[in-house]
Amino acid sequence: MGVDKTLGNNVVTTSLDKLVNWSRSRSLWPLTFGLACCAIEMMATGAARFDLDRFGVIFRASPRQSDCIVIAGTVTKKMLPVIKTVYEQMPEPKYVIAMGACACSGGIFDTYSVVQGIDEALPVDVYIPGCPPRPEGLLYGILKLQEKIMKERNSFGATIGIGERICQA
Amino acid sequence: MSFTETMTVNMGPQHPSTHGVLQLVLELDGETVTKATPHIGFLHRGTEKLSENRTYHQIIPLTDRLDYLAPMHNNLGYVLAVEKLFGITDKIPERAKVVRVMMAEITRIKSHLVWIACHALDIGAMTVFIYAFREREHIMNMYEKLSGARMTSNYFRVGGLSADLPDGFEKDVRDFIDAMPGHIDTYEGLLTGNKIWQKRVMGVGEISGEAAIDIGLTGPALRSSGVDWDLRRDNPYSGYEDYNFKVHVDDGCDTWARYKVRLLEMREACKIIRQCLDKLKPGPILADCPKICLPPKKNVVNTIEGLIHHFKIITEGPKPEVGEIYQGVENPKGEVGFYLVSDGSPRPYRMKIRPASFVNLQALPQMVEGRLIADVVAVIGTLDIVLGEIDR
Amino acid sequence: MSEHAAVAKLKGKFPDSVLDVVEFRGETTMIVKKEDIVAICSFMKKDLGYNFLCDLCGVDYLGKSPRFMVVYNIYNITTKDRLRLKVPVEEADARVDTVSGVWGTANWHERECWDLMGISFNNHPDLRRILMADDWVGHPLRKDYPLQGPGREPYKGRYK
Repeated sequence: MGVDKTLGNNVVTTSLDKLVNWSRSRSLWPLTFGLACCAIEMMATGAARFDLDRFGVIFRASPRQSDCIVIAGTVTKKMLPVIKTVYEQMPEPKYVIAMGACACSGGIFDTYSVVQGIDEALPVDVYIPGCPPRPEGLLYGILKLQEKIMKERNSFGATIGIGERICQA
Repeated sequence: MSFTETMTVNMGPQHPSTHGVLQLVLELDGETVTKATPHIGFLHRGTEKLSENRTYHQIIPLTDRLDYLAPMHNNLGYVLAVEKLFGITDKIPERAKVVRVMMAEITRIKSHLVWIACHALDIGAMTVFIYAFREREHIMNMYEKLSGARMTSNYFRVGGLSADLPDGFEKDVRDFIDAMPGHIDTYEGLLTGNKIWQKRVMGVGEISGEAAIDIGLTGPALRSSGVDWDLRRDNPYSGYEDYNFKVHVDDGCDTWARYKVRLLEMREACKIIRQCLDKLKPGPILADCPKICLPPKKNVVNTIEGLIHHFKIITEGPKPEVGEIYQGVENPKGEVGFYLVSDGSPRPYRMKIRPASFVNLQALPQMVEGRLIADVVAVIGTLDIVLGEIDR
Repeated sequence: MSEHAAVAKLKGKFPDSVLDVVEFRGETTMIVKKEDIVAICSFMKKDLGYNFLCDLCGVDYLGKSPRFMVVYNIYNITTKDRLRLKVPVEEADARVDTVSGVWGTANWHERECWDLMGISFNNHPDLRRILMADDWVGHPLRKDYPLQGPGREPYKGRYK
């Protein structure tokens, strides 16, 4: 099938795409994947002061039931195969948020056992810098991911099996 | 002919209630655990090797990330170890000592709040999680006013503090500790009389006093097995000998005893903070050792000696004598020790961190074998482990 | 000081094993021979009351002989005293007897020492890697192991 085959480019199909994008972005269910210190800030973001539930974000424990994975914390070489297994278990469409300096680029730990950035192994959608990033930073990152999801094309077509989802950066 | 064999189940490293990246391989006979093997190392970041390439001042931010639930305590332990190595322990000014004790006890409350939040959440009481994190936000506000960061504070320095207390800080602390006992009463009201909590927690994870000393358990877990040992009282540091506080010991040896001891420690911490606030007097916050401690900023920009000392300390680093020391502090989780070996150069030749949670986790197999799989979750919560410290 | 009492008693019981006694900043360190370490540790625990092993680690003195030192930081809970025992280990024969029979907590500490330093312990119940992956090659905390790991370019930053 053609690479850029879409269901159509008229006002009906793009409105359907917008509907699918809107519903996906407003109910992102991330996988609880806290590794280190950033996990505590992620928990604080989910707690009462900076509530995440108002953005539709509910943390799921199983990768089979989640939309996105928030890599919060340092990724070590011992942990990398586990992350890859968990990522492959997630169903499409899936997104990756790299939270914190360690997930973005290795952070202050430039050592023998730390993977210098999770983008060596996974395709990252949003990078959130900080050590640890403030909860407002994580919220901004999630909002940026929501904007990115809204810009996708042919989401409805991909859902019913015609063409692929086209992600624009 | 039938035979039974045990089933091997893998728990973690990605698991909602393992408090981080801990892998437990459990052999189960039905629901009963016959063998539990913890596998760690999924967060090993090489802190000890990294600190061999940093000057003594540059290692302080690395210590924040060890036990990231009690960052100021790790800072304190490390800074006390370096001051012992340089031999300037008796030159630390009084105000710095009082603020250190105050922030250490506030950090103890912070860490125990996370303990009760996650322990209760794992057993099923989600309300306590929300309430405890709400209290934690007050502490994080205080951290931010003091050091600039909510969590990884990097506040203490070799010789004292990095900055003095801002205006209005003492009032914030006083308001917080006036309200805290009421919040602890709320948690007790939700959990202590709760039949479900009692059934999940009484008699679970028992370890006797002798077994605890043998396996190396420290902190509240050891004190709830009947052993009366607290480094703050027995090998005091940073002026702890001048404070009036009670060390709580319980003979229960199980999770229920550890729960009670930690709640009492939170109340005791409030009392110590009140004594600190009464002791606080104006004064210098940094020891007068120009070759070791970073000089205050107004000296750096106005005097030539300040400039030279600042330059030398930042670029080259202070050089201690050849020798080795060990300093242990009473972290909320247990005894955290720093063993520093110096060869006379500005970087430590070897830094070994004795993590409390690493040794506490060693007690997990004997606490869990013979019990049900649901008790494994309760025991992990009660041991209060943090993987940043275990794996360093 | 009771530290000196412990030193005197140890020297009295094991006169040939104590190689050196060092005092620094109020702490006492005794360097003892590695062959007698289990007997010395049992004596410290049973007769002198040092019932708690705080820490067990290895230090790599690359370039000196003996290359390694295994350090035991012990503590007496009743008298609140600290003491340090050090055992020199040659590189050619990097083996020490395990003390996990004396203090059960030494089990994981010795595993970590093996994993990161490469000093193995005779009669250890379960000597395998603990912090690094099981198939890791090399012992990272040795001084001749590069900080960024063997596969990467070393950081050419400030300390050129």
